[in-house]
Amino acid sequence: MTTGVRDSSAVRRVPSEEPLTALTSEGSQELLRRRDTPPAQLGRESGAVLRLPEGPVLDPGAIDVERPEDETMIINMGPQHPSTHGVLRVMMELDGETVLRAAPVIGYLHTGMEKTGEELTYVQGGTNVTRMDYLGPLSNELVFSLAVERLLDVEVPPRATWIRMFMVELNRIASHLLFQATNGMDLGAVSMMLYGWRERELVLRYLEKITGLRMNHNYIRAGGVAADLPDGWAEDVLELLEFVERGVSEYAELLNENPIWVDRTVGVGTITTEEAIALGATGPILRSTGFPWDLRKAQPYLAYDDVDFDVVFGQNGDVYDRYIIRLYEILQSVRIVRQCVEKMPSGDYRVQDRKITPPPRARIDESMEALIHHFKLFTEGFRVPAGETYVAIESPRGEIGCYLVSDGTGKPARLHIRGPSFYNLQSMEAMVPGTFVADAVAIISSIDPIMGEVDR
Amino acid sequence: MDARARVHRAARDAHVTIEASPTTIGLGGETVRFVGRDAYRSTVAALREEGYELCVDVCGVDYLGHPGRDLPEGVTAERFEVVVNLLSLSQKARTRIRVQVPEHDCRVDSLFEFYPGAEAMEREAYDLLGIEFVGHPDLSRILMPEDWEGHPLRKDYGVGRVPVQFKEAPGPR
Repeated sequence: MTTGVRDSSAVRRVPSEEPLTALTSEGSQELLRRRDTPPAQLGRESGAVLRLPEGPVLDPGAIDVERPEDETMIINMGPQHPSTHGVLRVMMELDGETVLRAAPVIGYLHTGMEKTGEELTYVQGGTNVTRMDYLGPLSNELVFSLAVERLLDVEVPPRATWIRMFMVELNRIASHLLFQATNGMDLGAVSMMLYGWRERELVLRYLEKITGLRMNHNYIRAGGVAADLPDGWAEDVLELLEFVERGVSEYAELLNENPIWVDRTVGVGTITTEEAIALGATGPILRSTGFPWDLRKAQPYLAYDDVDFDVVFGQNGDVYDRYIIRLYEILQSVRIVRQCVEKMPSGDYRVQDRKITPPPRARIDESMEALIHHFKLFTEGFRVPAGETYVAIESPRGEIGCYLVSDGTGKPARLHIRGPSFYNLQSMEAMVPGTFVADAVAIISSIDPIMGEVDR
Repeated sequence: MDARARVHRAARDAHVTIEASPTTIGLGGETVRFVGRDAYRSTVAALREEGYELCVDVCGVDYLGHPGRDLPEGVTAERFEVVVNLLSLSQKARTRIRVQVPEHDCRVDSLFEFYPGAEAMEREAYDLLGIEFVGHPDLSRILMPEDWEGHPLRKDYGVGRVPVQFKEAPGPR
C-alpha cells in the first residue's frame, strides 16, 4: 500500500453531469441532485420546512445541500411493492439506512374517474364513485348521493337515513379491520394479517347479504337506498358485532403492549397538529395529533346527532396513535350500529318520487305509467337543477367531499371527489425524513392510503 | 420579510376587497365568495387570518358547455373557474371562493404560501385542466404521465372510444 499524500479529489469523483439514477422512461420524476433542486422543493422533500405562516419558515441555509453525493443513494420503492398498498411509488434519498427525503409519485392507478363521471347519468354515477375508495365504497356513494339530493332539494325518509348510517358504520368497521391486518403485516406481525382479514370477511358477508355485493355496492343512491334491509338483519348483525368485539380485544391483547410492536411504532413518524392542518390531512392523522376533529361530531350529518359515540384521538401524532385510534374507532362504530338496530325507524327506505327512484317491480306489470317511469329513469336518468354544491362527510380515512356542478341536464357538468387519501399522502413527506427505511414502511402503512382514491 | 408578516400585510390589504366581493349563500349554508383574480391572494390571506385554517380543496371547473350559469351581479363569467373550499376548525364553518379564469390567460396565484397542502391540489388542477398557478414551487403533472399532451378534464378534450365489434360484423380479413 502506498503512503503518499492522499489527493482527496481523486477519490471516487462523480462527474456532475451524469444523472444521479439510471434513466427510466419517466426521467423527470426522478429526485434531482441536491444542488439542482430548487430550495423550496428541497425543503418540502426533506420535510424540515413547512412554510407555515406562524410556524417554521423556509430557510434554504438550513438544508445540507453540500452533503457529498457519493455518500447518499437514491432508491425507488414501488410501485410494485407489497407494502405500498397498491401502486404507490416513493423516491427516497438514503444515507445508509436513514431516509433523508422522500417524494411520493402517484398516478399509476389514474383512470379518469372524474371524467367518466361527466359521461354517466346521476343514476349511473353511483357505480363510478363507489370504485374510488374501494375499502370504504359506501362513504363514496353517500357523499355523492347527498350532493345530488342537495341539488335536487329532496329530503330522504328517516328510515333511509338510518339505514345509510348503519351501513356506513359497518363499512367503517370493515375498513379499519383491514387496516389492522395490513398494518400488522407491514410491521411484521403476520398473524394480524390473518386475524384482520378473518373478521373483515364476516362484515363483508353481512354487507353482501344486504347489498348483493361484497364491495362496490352501489347501494346508497340518490333518494334513499337500493333495497330495504332483509329479514333477520338485526339478529345477524348483533351476532356479527360480538365477533368483531372479540376480535378487537384479541388484537389489543396481542399488540397494544407488545414490546416489539411498541418499539416499532411509538415515536415513529410524528407529525404536529399545525403540520397536519397545513398539509390538509384529516381523519385519524389529524386526530392522532391530539385534535379531536370528526365531522360526525363537528358538523353532524345523517342522524349522528341522535346516537352516542366518542371521538377517539391520540396525543403524540405517531404511528402507534394512528393504530390505536383506528382500533378503538371500531368499537365506537359498533356502538353506533347497536343504536341503529335499536332505533331503526319504520317506513320508506327511499323517497316515493317516481322521477328520482324507480317504481316497485310489481307495479311495472300493471301500470303503464310505472313502466314509463322505469324506462325513463334507467335510460335518461333524471334532470338536476343547475347549481353547484360541496358536501363533506367523515370517511374511514378523513374528510371525503363531493363538489358537484350541474348544468341542468341529466349528467353532472363537473364531479370532483375530494378523496382524503390524496391529501393525507402529502403528510408523508413531513413524517418520513430522519427515520429508517423500515419505519418509512410503517409510516406509509399508518397513513392508510387507498390508491384508487388517490389517483381516481 | 418573514412569512407571518407577509400574511399580515396581505390580510390588511384584503379587508377592502373582501367586503367588496360579491357573495352568495351556498346550498349547504356556507358563504360563497366571487373574487377577482387580483384580489384572490389577499382574500385568502384575510380568510386565513379570520380562522379558516384548513384548505380542504382546490379544484378547477371548465364551463365551456355551460356558459349561462348563475352568477351574482358584477361577476363576468369566464370559461374556467378555480374553486377553493376552506374550513375553519375553530368556528366549525365552511366557505367557498370561486375565481373566474379566462381561457386566453389561464393563470391564478398559488395558495402554497398560505396552505402548503394546496401543493398537490393545484398540481392536480394544472394537470387535468391546464390552469397555471403562479408561485407554485413545482407545477408539474401529478396524475397523468409527464409527456401527456392536453388536459383531460377540459370539455373540448375528446373522450376516447373503443369501437364495439358485434358478432355479425365482418372481421378485419
